[in-house]
Amino acid sequence: MAEVTTSRKACSVNPLKMSQPLGAMLAFMGLNHCMPTMHGSQGCTSFGLVLFVRHFREMIPMQTTAMNEVTTILGGMDNIEQAIMNIWDRARPDVIGLASTGLTETKGDDVDAYLKLIRAKHPEIDEMAIIYVSTPDYVGAFQDGWSRAVVRIIEELATPCSVKQLNRINVLPGCHLTPGDLEEIREIIEAFELVAVFIPDISGALDGHIPDNFTPTTLGGTTREQLHSMGAARATIAIGEQMHAAAIELEMKTGVPYTVFDRLTGLAANDRLLQHLSSLSGRPVPQKYRRQRSQLQDAMLDAHFFTGGKKVAIGAEPDLLWSLGSFLAEMGCELSAAVTTTHSPLLEKLPIAEVLIGDLEDLEARAAGCDLLITHAHGRQMAERMQLPLFRVGIPTFDRLGAAHKLTVGYRGTRDLVFELGNIFLSHAHEATPSTWSPEPINCSSDCGSSCQGSGAGIPAPTSMAAATV
Amino acid sequence: MASLSEKVQDVFNEPGCEVNQVKGEKERKKGCSKQLTPGAAAGGCAFDGAKIALQPITDVAHLVHGPIACEGNGWDNRGAKSSDSLLYRTGFTTDITELDVVYGGEKRLYKAIREILDKYDPPAVFVYQTCVTALIGDDIDAVCKAASAKFGRPIIPINAPGFVGSKNLGNKLAGEALLEHVIGTVEPETTTPYDINIIGEYNLAGELWQVKPLLDELGIRVLACISGDAKYHEVASSHRAKAAMMVCSKAMINVARKMEERYGIPFFEGSFYGISDMSESLRQIATLLVQQGAPADLLARTEKVIFREESRAWEAINAYRKRMEGKRVLLITGGVKSWSVVSALQEAGLEIVGTSVKKSTAEDKEKIKELMGEDAHMFDDMRPRDMYAMLRESRADIMLSGGRSQFVALKAKMPWLDINQERHHAYAGYVGMVELVKQIEQALYHPVWAQVRQLAPWEEQAASNDQPGLRLDSQYPSTQVALNG
Repeated sequence: MAEVTTSRKACSVNPLKMSQPLGAMLAFMGLNHCMPTMHGSQGCTSFGLVLFVRHFREMIPMQTTAMNEVTTILGGMDNIEQAIMNIWDRARPDVIGLASTGLTETKGDDVDAYLKLIRAKHPEIDEMAIIYVSTPDYVGAFQDGWSRAVVRIIEELATPCSVKQLNRINVLPGCHLTPGDLEEIREIIEAFELVAVFIPDISGALDGHIPDNFTPTTLGGTTREQLHSMGAARATIAIGEQMHAAAIELEMKTGVPYTVFDRLTGLAANDRLLQHLSSLSGRPVPQKYRRQRSQLQDAMLDAHFFTGGKKVAIGAEPDLLWSLGSFLAEMGCELSAAVTTTHSPLLEKLPIAEVLIGDLEDLEARAAGCDLLITHAHGRQMAERMQLPLFRVGIPTFDRLGAAHKLTVGYRGTRDLVFELGNIFLSHAHEATPSTWSPEPINCSSDCGSSCQGSGAGIPAPTSMAAATV
Repeated sequence: MASLSEKVQDVFNEPGCEVNQVKGEKERKKGCSKQLTPGAAAGGCAFDGAKIALQPITDVAHLVHGPIACEGNGWDNRGAKSSDSLLYRTGFTTDITELDVVYGGEKRLYKAIREILDKYDPPAVFVYQTCVTALIGDDIDAVCKAASAKFGRPIIPINAPGFVGSKNLGNKLAGEALLEHVIGTVEPETTTPYDINIIGEYNLAGELWQVKPLLDELGIRVLACISGDAKYHEVASSHRAKAAMMVCSKAMINVARKMEERYGIPFFEGSFYGISDMSESLRQIATLLVQQGAPADLLARTEKVIFREESRAWEAINAYRKRMEGKRVLLITGGVKSWSVVSALQEAGLEIVGTSVKKSTAEDKEKIKELMGEDAHMFDDMRPRDMYAMLRESRADIMLSGGRSQFVALKAKMPWLDINQERHHAYAGYVGMVELVKQIEQALYHPVWAQVRQLAPWEEQAASNDQPGLRLDSQYPSTQVALNG
């Protein structure tokens, strides 16, 4: 049981957190033919755009209502109207996903009312959905923006369906899952002869493929038709606690029952998923997955020598922290520091004394003596200073390729993760030297403390700890 | 102290800028950037621009007063390099909460400054205003003043909240902050007749270091680069320079002009991009220094270095010329001056089929016409869709642009090279130009292009089935089956 505390500093140093509207933008990027748009100053969109482009290495459609000082004071209705009409004229999207920002929330723009007036004035855009979500920058974090946006998508577009599609499953994925993860989950579900519809589906637009033509909007994702028929599904699977609210909303609107999986990384977590799919479909777990399960067990056996007793510091959003933290504990690692961005009921259940809602400076202060750092790419400076290996997870990962295809779910994804982490520990093993067991005091710098105290008697002293990032 | 709106009007009225001076009173008030179109806008805000201009000062703590978005979504994302302190890469923000929005964020800001001084002990803290804190009326000037007095350390307010305008305006407001609070506050330990300032150079990818060895060789000292690889005290004592060079179009023209007015430092506008531009810049630096009293032999020594460096660079570039001749370039740039790159690429034998002039002045456009001829293709605002079409239809062989439009080229399966903010290669000076040509050559002749453009065998089949008259046995032309074909 962990105690959840909030950093009391006035100054956040080396932020771990990103803002709510950005999370909402990513959710809208999982809708087909959508134009995600921020209601704010053009910089709000520009920073987010650069961040996503660097992470996904993809074209990112994203627009802004381009608020300035005067329009902010007078209210943003004209800007929203112009933005919607310009986007309509230029791109003809199926959906505009609109998120507010700190600026327009501080002013108090009543966007719902604006949209009603704009709709009444422009019947020609009736066929285009406009989904508005309120996401002030100064509340919550990226993950909250994502889950709020998904709730709003469901509120706006889900309807009860009298005709059911018996093999259809709605999947509500959290923002901690990559396009690669979504593909893997789809494959698992389809192996039970079920059809998975992801809401939203970032594997459609952000999986790094080459389209035949130029599209100014998102070039894949959940289609309008799929959104309208959410109510026809037989069941909903939500992945990550952040999707709990969306799953409840969907059940309330359409009657489709839901199951929340807190994570899909780890052996038992995937057993639960496959058992659930088996009972939903009435089919046995396919041979392929029985084999993969056995491979994962074998990988865990091979790796446990190297993961056991290792100290790990993680900085990640709640659901990602929960997935990786719980899994690392299952691999015998000790969670020695956990920093996150926002509240979640899961935080208290993490196997660590304290979970801090804070920044990377806090993580750095708590990570002394660790064997491994796990956080996003901004951990690179810290890793270099501390001479610790860094395993990059989450958004942004801008200094490595293939972030969209990083796979950590399913038996196969967990197996690869076991190997990857095991290899980091292997390549940072401390070799014995003549002075290792010498009775003379060992010259050991403070930041390699754990290696000196950590693994029981006869401790190898690190002669050199290479700075390495993974 | 001038209010923010007065200051904005002040930078819009720039006597050093010819474009500005031919405008009428009313037009001038609107500023130099076009009004943004909601739903069809691109580019950063004024805060972004201020941060770009000042963050390269390496030993300063850059504190962003605002909600998490302004710093959290974009920190440590630029390629300005440092030869010493890494503090500028640390992200500091007050990360204000809903309560701060209601009760005001000034106290939090004051405490944040104190925390930074306690923990990181920087020579100065720059405090950046953002939209939300400006809107709720946080007076960062007052907080900075109080903190400076209390802690005895320069705490500098940078008043450029995002919603006052574009990136370019932010550059200028950042310059105003330097002029008002930093420049001239410290005396340099020593001065020489060879001291210059370089204004508007950010040392991206270490480009300043491509130029500095030549200046060192000539005995010219960069008293302050504003702001690439600069230290706080260098900028603060930059008022004792003998001459200045203004780089990067007119983004910081207010700094150059006001320093001329206040401290009598003459400046010229130059570029480090392209061989002839580089030589011209060296010449101008030497000429200005000699005019200011440096020994006249500097001119001859400079010519000698120019001759040597040009010969070397030409020799290196000539080796590529054959493979570059006739290759067509589409040039989409923002901050880097289009015309200086145009002339540089033409030097290497490349043909420029189009260039963007979105941020160029009328004067820049004239220079481009001079270089590319009267029928030069200049785009004010090229839509990604049009770039894509141009590349897809092979009206250009390579696109040089900023990271934003990178994937327009790559998805059209065409070569692309990064020449903006986040680029990894340095292209300044003589060595930089050779590097740029080398990178273009590498991109054009990379083996991936043939592979990614190759249809899959079944697609070939489908394509030829669609064409009546094509016989089945001609479906696999031998050249296309061969992997290295």
